[in-house]
Amino acid sequence: MMSSIFDHTLASAREALRSRKISAVELVDAHIDAIERLDGGLNSFITRTPEQARLAAKEADALLAKGEGGSLCGLPIGIKDLFATEGVRTTAASKILGNFVPPYESTVTANLKREGAISLGKLNLDEFAMGSTNLTSAFGGVENPWKLRDSDAKLVPGGSSGGSAAAVAAGLVLGATGTDTGGSIRQPAAFCGITGIKPTYGRCSRFGTIAFASSLDQAGPMARTLQDCAILLESMAGFDPKDSTSVNRPVPHYEAALGRGVKGLKVGIPKEYRIDGLPAEIEAIWQQGINWLKEAGAEVVDISLPHTKYGLPAYYIAALAEASSNLARYDGVRFGERVSGASLDALYEATRAAGFGDEVKRRILLGTYVLSSGYYDAYYLRAQKVRTLLQRDFLKAYETVDVILAPTAPSGAFAWDEKPTDPVQVYLNDVFTVPASMAGVPALSVPAGLDGRGVPLGLQLIGRFFDEETLLAAGSVLERAASFTHRPTIHAGVSA
Amino acid sequence: MSLDAKTVAKMARLARVGLSEEQVHTYQKEMQGIIGWVDQLNEVDVTDVPPMIGTGLAQPRLRDDQVTDGNCRDKVLSNAPDREGPFYTVPKVVE
Repeated sequence: MMSSIFDHTLASAREALRSRKISAVELVDAHIDAIERLDGGLNSFITRTPEQARLAAKEADALLAKGEGGSLCGLPIGIKDLFATEGVRTTAASKILGNFVPPYESTVTANLKREGAISLGKLNLDEFAMGSTNLTSAFGGVENPWKLRDSDAKLVPGGSSGGSAAAVAAGLVLGATGTDTGGSIRQPAAFCGITGIKPTYGRCSRFGTIAFASSLDQAGPMARTLQDCAILLESMAGFDPKDSTSVNRPVPHYEAALGRGVKGLKVGIPKEYRIDGLPAEIEAIWQQGINWLKEAGAEVVDISLPHTKYGLPAYYIAALAEASSNLARYDGVRFGERVSGASLDALYEATRAAGFGDEVKRRILLGTYVLSSGYYDAYYLRAQKVRTLLQRDFLKAYETVDVILAPTAPSGAFAWDEKPTDPVQVYLNDVFTVPASMAGVPALSVPAGLDGRGVPLGLQLIGRFFDEETLLAAGSVLERAASFTHRPTIHAGVSA
Repeated sequence: MSLDAKTVAKMARLARVGLSEEQVHTYQKEMQGIIGWVDQLNEVDVTDVPPMIGTGLAQPRLRDDQVTDGNCRDKVLSNAPDREGPFYTVPKVVE
């Protein structure tokens, strides 16, 4: 097969740009063309910005010709539509922000632009990042570019960063930003056969990222390889005085950690993650991951994270409480859509009734309930105490192990119409990703193989606070061993 | 704990989300299911466990009480759904 421009990773495209084998204009044009060809169906973009991208590509070529330009100069990426982008509509996939054009830029996207990355547009997501299927978007669901072996049914890309995962997997962009509150980077990465990192809470600034649950939200990179994620994270991360939860620590050169290996590394296998009804294929891929790390010289240790079972219910209470508070700002007065009413209260009620979708309303109502007087102690306060126990589980485990290996999700991607109607069943998608979010520790997902139906499965590594480097080292071993070179059915490099 | 329709309607009022009668009933069922599921947290012994109110990784810090990003009134108002000059408009609140 002829090698095509769509065989590039972010890292190889960076080399090709620097050595002037390709131009930024060529690279960006090819990706804009791929979006035009494929995204009518995939629906991974909410807003496309081809004109701005073409202008930026010309500027990038001028810099590259002089041997200048930042670490991402000329590389086409996509931005989850939860990051405020100055002058470019930012919707959070909600009707209530359907025409919102931020007059400011989020710190994470400003960092990426500073390094010369070129945004091709804003990527679809679950409304306000609330969901695990990307079907709650007010701009329509996203289709996973993968197909089951014997079926043409539309699959979900996972969520909430489903547009980011689908666009990266289909080759429409070289990398994308995601955000992860309870698994929103890792689970869609696993469902779409790509790589994603949820950094330590406080590693990437939350300034300008539309808030869902502020004590959990964390931005991170999504790309086709770990090296690409490392390159993106190095530019996204860093201290920001505008975010009071941002942590002031130097940003390491993450790429350098990729080749460290795992010799002598202690890898924990949490017994509580062997949940009842775990599909045999998930169990098998997990065992495969254990073997790969052992073969590379790691020592595998059984560990216990005793409160795992309570992670999900505690997460939902904490996240919904914070969401109900964060979303109080959408009142139709200062920004966003407005529906008039005879009184101020009537205006609020009508605006919020029309502007929010069902899942968002359900979460606001539940969040209001667990914070309301009489229930606060029984629900919210208790959940925060359980959160302490969840974090202690991890801190104790890290006294004996360096990193934890687990599956990313309890299944591969499923069809749009296979989505359970019971909200609790949908929430169970996040059973393996939520505990790390609750503790604030970093985690990543790498594609490890295909299941019997022909869709990707991911493996998750969970690390110590601010030890993204060990995650990258161990993840790299898994990535090499898995040598996941499968491509989805819908891909920019495949001509119809 | 049971969550009845009256409580759902009250939460909707508190959160200023307009709901139809029919929606109240749908949400009541779903919310009851979710609350029933989170009730398993009552099994956990949380005696003497402090609540976690953040990851505690960031150093609390003070900054000078200064305007660092000022003189952008028009930017701030640029997304107002309705305004008069430099003011947001709302329905009459005080008679």
